[in-house]
Parts: sequence; structure tokens; C-alpha cells
Amino acid sequence: MVPDANFTSYYGRPVVKPSPWTADIPAYLFMGGLAGGSSLLGAGADLSGRPMLRRGARLAALGALSGSFYALVHDLGRPARFHHMLRVAKATSPMSVGTWILTAYGPMAGLAAVSEATPFLSRRMRRSVLGRRLPTVGRAAGLVAAGLGPAVASYTAVLLADTATPTWHAARRDLPLVFVGSASAAAGGMGLILASPQEAGPARRMAIAGAALDLAASHTMESGMGVTVEPLHEGRAGTLLKAAKAFTTAGAALAAVGRRRRDVSALAGVSLLAGSVCTRFGLFEAGQQSARDPRYTVVPQRERLDQHARAHTPG
Amino acid sequence: MTATTHRSSNPAAQLGYDQPPARKGFFTDTSICIGCKACEVACKEWNMVPEDGLELSGMSYDNTQGLGASTWRHVAFIEQPKSLGGQESNLQHEGVDALALAGGMATSPAPSTRTQVDLGMPGTVLPGAEGDAGTATPFRWLMESDVCKHCTHAACLDVCPTGALFRTEFGTVVVQDDVCNGCGYCVPACPYGVIEKREGPTGNDAVGLAQKCTLCYDRLKGDLEPACAKACPTKSIQFGDLDELRERAQVRVDQLVAAGETGARLYGHDPDDGVGGTGAMFLLLDEPEVYGLPPDPVVTTRDLPEMWRRAVLAAVTMLAGGVAVFARERGNR
Ligand code: SF4
Ligand code: SF4
Repeated sequence: MVPDANFTSYYGRPVVKPSPWTADIPAYLFMGGLAGGSSLLGAGADLSGRPMLRRGARLAALGALSGSFYALVHDLGRPARFHHMLRVAKATSPMSVGTWILTAYGPMAGLAAVSEATPFLSRRMRRSVLGRRLPTVGRAAGLVAAGLGPAVASYTAVLLADTATPTWHAARRDLPLVFVGSASAAAGGMGLILASPQEAGPARRMAIAGAALDLAASHTMESGMGVTVEPLHEGRAGTLLKAAKAFTTAGAALAAVGRRRRDVSALAGVSLLAGSVCTRFGLFEAGQQSARDPRYTVVPQRERLDQHARAHTPG
Repeated sequence: MTATTHRSSNPAAQLGYDQPPARKGFFTDTSICIGCKACEVACKEWNMVPEDGLELSGMSYDNTQGLGASTWRHVAFIEQPKSLGGQESNLQHEGVDALALAGGMATSPAPSTRTQVDLGMPGTVLPGAEGDAGTATPFRWLMESDVCKHCTHAACLDVCPTGALFRTEFGTVVVQDDVCNGCGYCVPACPYGVIEKREGPTGNDAVGLAQKCTLCYDRLKGDLEPACAKACPTKSIQFGDLDELRERAQVRVDQLVAAGETGARLYGHDPDDGVGGTGAMFLLLDEPEVYGLPPDPVVTTRDLPEMWRRAVLAAVTMLAGGVAVFARERGNR
């Protein structure tokens, strides 16, 4: 543990401001990851001839995407102005970059999901020019969505890290790996729920590998954060992250043993989804807490200054 | 210091402004602030900033408590068991010529040989307890009028996804109310906790939008100084060309240190600090964190290239994993 450093503050008042973001944002982190991972799974299922997994993953992607869009607009102070995001493109703003990634990804994931409607069309419509092309269009759109999905899942880590919120910024190195791990675990978990054991093989492997990456990257991340790691272990954030670890571990274990049983696989899927939700809400809450307590802003900055002073004092 | 002044030239010049005016800023000399809050009031009046809570903080005479969406100037008030420079408290004042003492500011006063005298004032400890009259209790009040720093490298501006935050021709950082959509990203990005989303009933002025000091952009365009500087009765808040303010600040801090106030220091004057120097700098008498300021602020976007690299690595890892989970299994599902 880091030695308990003494620090001064202005009557214990925060130095930086916590984000004004509500539960919409951690919910979006989860749903964006789920959507991105599902698109990846859907395209693979399409190419490898797994119709049930393909359909489930594409629809999951569209559902999660719609939820994401709702959450993002709902969180704005002026929702009617959401399109102001499209006035500019700024590489210095992860939110701007994310907006453009979503703008490219959304229609593609949507088109892939819409192509699943082919069997429900009347025979005449299916025979029309559009109807005959729909599966091909769906495949092409699904492949583009699969290419962009990982970006949707990973940029959100930069969204949090590119702030003065002590715990998020200190986590910047490994947070993207945690997020793509969590996204893969969630999407794999969803695949386990939606596809039969005959088709769910890739979803299972994605779920287990994602869970392992999430847990391993979280461990590495925490060991390099200094004093700002504390909010990850305390209060509501601490409880959420403990639950996240338990759900993710249990989900991965169940996925591994439930190879032939749909009920066990589905349970594994639910557990992995719950783990991903808890990871996102836990990391979000920990950051908010680190901003509310001046200790996490002042102590690391003081240490940095003292180190600098020591390095420049002769003897 | 003088060697670095040329670098404070207006950042607006690099942004395509055609021959912008000199960069404007504030120098807030906290050593002469009397905590009257004229700046807070003048700011509210000129900018029509609404009331921001009328509660008593219970922590000090400061009930405003901090900068925020509806507080663009905030006077911090600190009570400390420390003495102010060579000043001594609890002493007999008869026969002391205060004006003469003030005139002698330029030299460090010799340690006092005067004795403590009970003036019959109410004590600061329980009746009968030891250590009241006769024991010198070092004591001082620090007051500081805080404001948006108008950073050279402004995180709020960097992360704004709508372009609502922009750099003016004066080198200041301003939110455009008709562009901001209240995404709130600038709020956690600011290393000083300045900018904030205004809360309140929807429909009220600027509710849901990010709000902060504009360095009175409208007044500057009309060749007027900002309302706070205009109202400050002690000239603790000084407005002007940043280069000139930096020189003035250096002269003042040297003067105070020579007079024995060894805690005097400048804050935000250094173009090599984590935000490239600020457009609003301060003369402080104690560590920045005592005033609620971050001791070593860094613009978060300084680390952004590294963050993007890590995000790309993560995305590629995920993509490769996605391919692997299908590729690894031909035939045995
Ligand atoms: S102090 Fe904060 S709000 Fe002001 S310019 Fe700097 S980053 Fe922006
Ligand atoms: S809240 Fe407004 S000013 Fe702040 S980053 Fe979002 S759009 Fe820009």
C-alpha cells in the first residue's frame, strides 16, 4: 500500500469537479461494449455458417446500440442539440472521435440487423431486387460493423481517462484493455444465451478470453495507480468491483464447464453480462469518488513536485 | 523570468486570428485582498449570473465555497495559526507607528524584543486554561479571489466535442451558449475544477449548459476591463496584457520576499508548467492546495497520444481475438 501522505486542502473541498454524468454514461459504456463485441461475433457467425448465433448477435448489437444512443442523448444538458456534436471533428476530444466512430458504426450494425428480416418478407419482396440483395448487404455491413466494433468498445476508456479525474486518468494505460476484455466477455455471454450449444463455440471462447483479459488487465492496472487506486476498493465502487470480479470469474468458469448444456451456458452468459455491468458502474463510480476527495488530486501532484525537487537538489 | 516572457505571446496567433491583440489576463495579488467580495458581486451583476445557494458553509467566513456554474469569481478565506511575514499578534500596540512600519516594508524587520502584554481582550481558550494572554498565538487570514485560469493549454477546450468552447482573439477561453449541448465533458477535464454544468429548472437561463468566467469577453471587445478588476478596491485583481502582468507579478513577489514574507510565490506564471502557463496568475502566500488550487496541474490531453496508442492496441487485440475464436475451430464446433 502507498504510505499515508499528509496533505493540505481548502477545508476538505474538492479541487477538481466530478463529471456531471449520470448512470446513463456507465450504462452506455456497457452497452457500447456489448454492441461492438456482438458485431464482431455476428460477422464471424455469418462467415462460418452459424445462423442462430449470427441472428442473435446482430440483434443484440442493434439493441445495445439503440440503448447507447438513447443514453448518450438523454445525458445531455440540452438533448435537442445532440447533433451539435457533428459540427466539428476533433482528435483532442475523445467524445468527438467517439461520435464519429458511432456515426460510422451505427448504420452498419443497424443494416446487418435489418437483413435478418429477410425470412419474414413476403415471397414477392424477397424476390425483388432489394430483397435478393439483402443478405449480401447484411454481410457487407456486418463486416464493416465488426471492423469498427472494437473501436466502439475501446475508445470509451480514453473518454474516461482523458480527464482530470484522478482515478480515471491514472488508469489510462490499461483501461482500454479492461474495457475490451469486459466488452468481449459481455458479447460472448450474450451469444451463450442466444445460440444453441452446437453454434455457441466461438461465443464461449470469446467470453472466456474476454473475462480473462478483463481480470488480468484490471490487476495490472491497479498495481500502477498509486494512491488513486483506493477508490476502487472502497464504498459503493468497491462493492461493485468486488461483485464484478465474482460475476466475471463465475461466468467464465460456468462457460467452460457448460459446453453441452444450454441452461448452464445461459447462466454463464447472465453472470458475464452482470460482471460487465458491475465493472463499468464500479469504475465510473470510483472515478467520481476520486474527484470528490481532494486527497487524490493533491497527494500525487505533491509527490511529483517533491520528487522533482529532490532530483534537482544537489547531494 | 524575463527570458520566458516572449513565449507568453498570444496563443490566438497560432489559431488563424489575423493580428490578434496582446494576450489579456489577470494578475490576482492575494497579499492585498481584503476579502470584500466586490469581485464576486460585480461579476454576478455584469454577467447576470444567478444566485447559487444561500447556505452557510460553517467552515469559515466563506459561504460561496468554490467556483462553479454560477460562481465565476470566488473569494477563498483561510484562517491559519501562522504569522503573516514579520507581523506579530497579541502585542501591545501603543507607541507603534503603523505607518512608519508600513513604509519600511522593503527591509526585513528584525526579530521583535517586545514583551507580550495582556490587553484584556476575550481569550481564545477556556477560562482558567493555560496559554492565553502572554502566549503569542501566531495567526493570519489569507484571502484569494479565484477565477478561471484561461489556460494556455486548456483541457476544457481540447475535449469539447461541439466546438462550443473556443479561444478568443484575446487568448482567453469562452463557452458559446448557443453551441454547447451540455455534454459535460469539459467539467471533469478542467484540472482546476472551474467549469460546471448549470443546474436548475429547465428553461431558465443557460440551465444544462457549461458555464464559467469569460474574462468579460463582451467588455473586452468594448475596450473595458473585466467587471471584477474594475470593482476591486485594493487592486488585488489586476487586468492587462499578460506579458506586462508577468513582469509586475515578479516585481511584487520579490518585494514581499525581501520584506520577510518568505511564503510569497507566484502561481500560473510559468509557461513551462503543466498547462503552459495560465492567463490568470496569482501571488499566493502559502502552498496552492491551501487555497484549494492543485499544486501541479497538468492538462490531461498532454497524455492523449499515449492513450490513443493504448486504445488502438486494445481494439486490435479484440479484433484479433474475434478472428481467433472462429479460426481456431474448423470442424470441431
Ligand atoms: S481553468 Fe479550467 S475552465 Fe478555465 S481554461 Fe483552464 S481548463 Fe478551461
Ligand atoms: S458541456 Fe458544452 S462546453 Fe462543455 S464540453 Fe460539452 S459541449 Fe463543450
